[in-house]
Amino acid sequence: MSDSRPVHILQGCGVTCATTDLPVLKPFRAPPIAPSGLAAPVVIGGAALTCVALLFGASLAHAQLGAATGRDGALAILLRWAPLIFQGFLFNILISFLAMALGTVVGVVAGIAQVSLAAPVRKSAWALTQFFRNAPWLVLLFYAMFLLPFEFRVLGLTIAFPAWVKAIIGLALPVAANVSEIVRGGITSIPSGQWESAESLAFSRRQTMWMIILPQAVKRMIPPWMNLYAILTMATTLISVVGIQDGLSITRGALIAESRPDLMIPMYLLLLMMFFAYCYPIARATLALERRFSVRA
Amino acid sequence: MIASFFTWLNDAYGLNFSIFYDAFDQARFLKGLWTTVYICLVSITASVVLGLLGVWVAGGRSRLGRLTVRIYVQFFRNTPPLVQLSFFYFAVGGLLPTIGDGAGAQVPLVGGTGWAIIALSLFAGAFNAEIFRAGIEAVPSTMVEAAESLGYTRFQSMVRIVLPLAFRICLPALNNNLVNLVKTTTLAYAIGVPELLYAASQIWSEVLNVREMMNVLLVAYVLLVAVLVWLMSRWERAMRIPGYAP
Amino acid sequence: MAGRHQLGDPVVVVRGVEKSFGPLTVLKDVGLTVRRGETVCIIGPSGSGKSTLLRCINALVPISKGSITVAGREVNDPALDKLALRRDVGIVFQQYNLFPHKTVLQNVMMAPIHVLKQDKAPVEERARRLLERVGLSAKLAAWPGELSGGQQQRVAIARSLAMNPKVMLFDEVTAALDPETKKEVLVTIQDLAADSMTCILVTHEMGFAREVADHVYFTDGGVIVEHGSPEALFGTPREERTKAFLDKVL
Repeated sequence: MSDSRPVHILQGCGVTCATTDLPVLKPFRAPPIAPSGLAAPVVIGGAALTCVALLFGASLAHAQLGAATGRDGALAILLRWAPLIFQGFLFNILISFLAMALGTVVGVVAGIAQVSLAAPVRKSAWALTQFFRNAPWLVLLFYAMFLLPFEFRVLGLTIAFPAWVKAIIGLALPVAANVSEIVRGGITSIPSGQWESAESLAFSRRQTMWMIILPQAVKRMIPPWMNLYAILTMATTLISVVGIQDGLSITRGALIAESRPDLMIPMYLLLLMMFFAYCYPIARATLALERRFSVRA
Repeated sequence: MIASFFTWLNDAYGLNFSIFYDAFDQARFLKGLWTTVYICLVSITASVVLGLLGVWVAGGRSRLGRLTVRIYVQFFRNTPPLVQLSFFYFAVGGLLPTIGDGAGAQVPLVGGTGWAIIALSLFAGAFNAEIFRAGIEAVPSTMVEAAESLGYTRFQSMVRIVLPLAFRICLPALNNNLVNLVKTTTLAYAIGVPELLYAASQIWSEVLNVREMMNVLLVAYVLLVAVLVWLMSRWERAMRIPGYAP
Repeated sequence: MAGRHQLGDPVVVVRGVEKSFGPLTVLKDVGLTVRRGETVCIIGPSGSGKSTLLRCINALVPISKGSITVAGREVNDPALDKLALRRDVGIVFQQYNLFPHKTVLQNVMMAPIHVLKQDKAPVEERARRLLERVGLSAKLAAWPGELSGGQQQRVAIARSLAMNPKVMLFDEVTAALDPETKKEVLVTIQDLAADSMTCILVTHEMGFAREVADHVYFTDGGVIVEHGSPEALFGTPREERTKAFLDKVL
């Protein structure tokens, strides 16, 4: 165990590096995913995917073998449904894009409001953020679905509000609250020296915010923002609970249509693998970005 | 007194908060609340245990053990919890045998609540494993060295020195994750567990007071989360060490 | 000054030790002998492998080649009972490494109770005496974060002494302290040495080495360049490298 610790290597190899002699706690950052002692992350992701794929294949084989004559083989059924499930999955992704976009726009405004100098603005932005952050996503989704009108009448125009648009708004609410927190955290993490030097150069507060603070803060906001996107993508499956057709509801529908209990595991695993194949690379990219940006901090 | 206020509110303004004056609705709501709290308590405990187990195995000698933990963590972090829950309840649950419930009906071995707890514990446990690992890594290796040189075994130094320090370090992230867990219990609605959201939906589909129940729900969850956060901050304060700021 | 007490049998014998971290060789054919009651100082430029050597003696770092014997036990033996070794060898680090979540008294009491499984009462008695000996009886209930560097280091010394070791290793224990607090720690070590504790010190404090050591080793680049009594090494160094180093630091 002691053989691989860097402390000894540095002490023995003639390198004088800038160290402190006092016990120092390494900075703790809430981890999206941290590296393991194993080889490249590709190995782990690949291993995970392989394991699931093996499980998938095994359950599929089991279902295939168990197929009575006259009934379709399990593989055939799966291949028949897979494109539809994939389309549902793509719909999930579409929802995630739109909800993220909407939530980000609103969240940035709320986040900047949270650092406003006007107390009422700041306090109400804070209260709204805390409220929507602490509410379960499904409840907010219900809220939007039930309480938003199904059509909007403004200036003589009737704008229809289909269910999936309401779902996007419902998902965008917690996203906006979290983005607001991320933005606030990013802005407050910029050292006060930046504000002071900008002020001494006679920049107005708005100029300071948009020309000096935000450009620097954006970089720090990106990893948690990407992390939030991954969470949102996984949360899009909630829309199946409020009756919108998505990957999960199509999977369930397929299973009901086929009514083959031995197909349940392979079909669910198929959907899980799709999400994993999409979200895992995002998570690793987030980690890489975070490490790259943190070097300078 | 509360009941009469809300009855008046309903009569005067049409704001129907039936759970405050109707005994049946109130009972349903409270039962839903209790089910949610029950699921939260069990899942929080189980997920913390799972996280500790994951960290212990991940730091151990067995290569297979380390790989298993990594795969477990990555899988549960990168797939939707609702699909995980559905997988457990429908797919795995559907394959388990049923047992007789004594009244002649066949009941599944593990009910909806049970699967909700299992799925949620596994989900939150994966996150906890990562959080604990980062906390343990943030404890200076010199502390471990000192413990080792005093003769502590790996288990002893982990339990008596590393974990107490790691807990203090990762408390904010753990807090965050447990709050998330409380919010995620609403997913159990999808498999028919009679938790708070389900109870509320039953009430509003009968009494047709969707707007009021929604607001009550939001407030209820915010309060639940607030209680949890308050408990965690009490615990954090109790664990504070003078002169030590992680 | 040194050598005022009787020196006993060799208690630490290091022979032909080599240690590499991958392609990097940190210790090359190192040999030294420490007798019971002796105070040995190891001096040398940074990165010459001194700290690694100390950690090898305590089995914190395994050696690649050679043999280290401590109180008759072969440290390199894979079947070594590490607990028995750690009972015999105490080590004090540069960064004190006190456990921040325990009070001073608890820090000193912990290892004998948990590792040696001794009873609480005698351990507490002994801990109090040790802390009094290092001059910190007023700080028993304090937390490490509330103490100064020198005080923490003295607690660290007391903590290692609580295990009743035969040999005490000191790894540049005053390097992290400012000059005022350095002295209190050095005085503590001097008292220990005068009490016939076998001490091996890696240090940059040449004055201390001169005064207190019975024997001094000079290492550079992972080898022991020269060794001898303090008068001989500091007064009339034989090797060029020794002379160059002493010119730089003295």
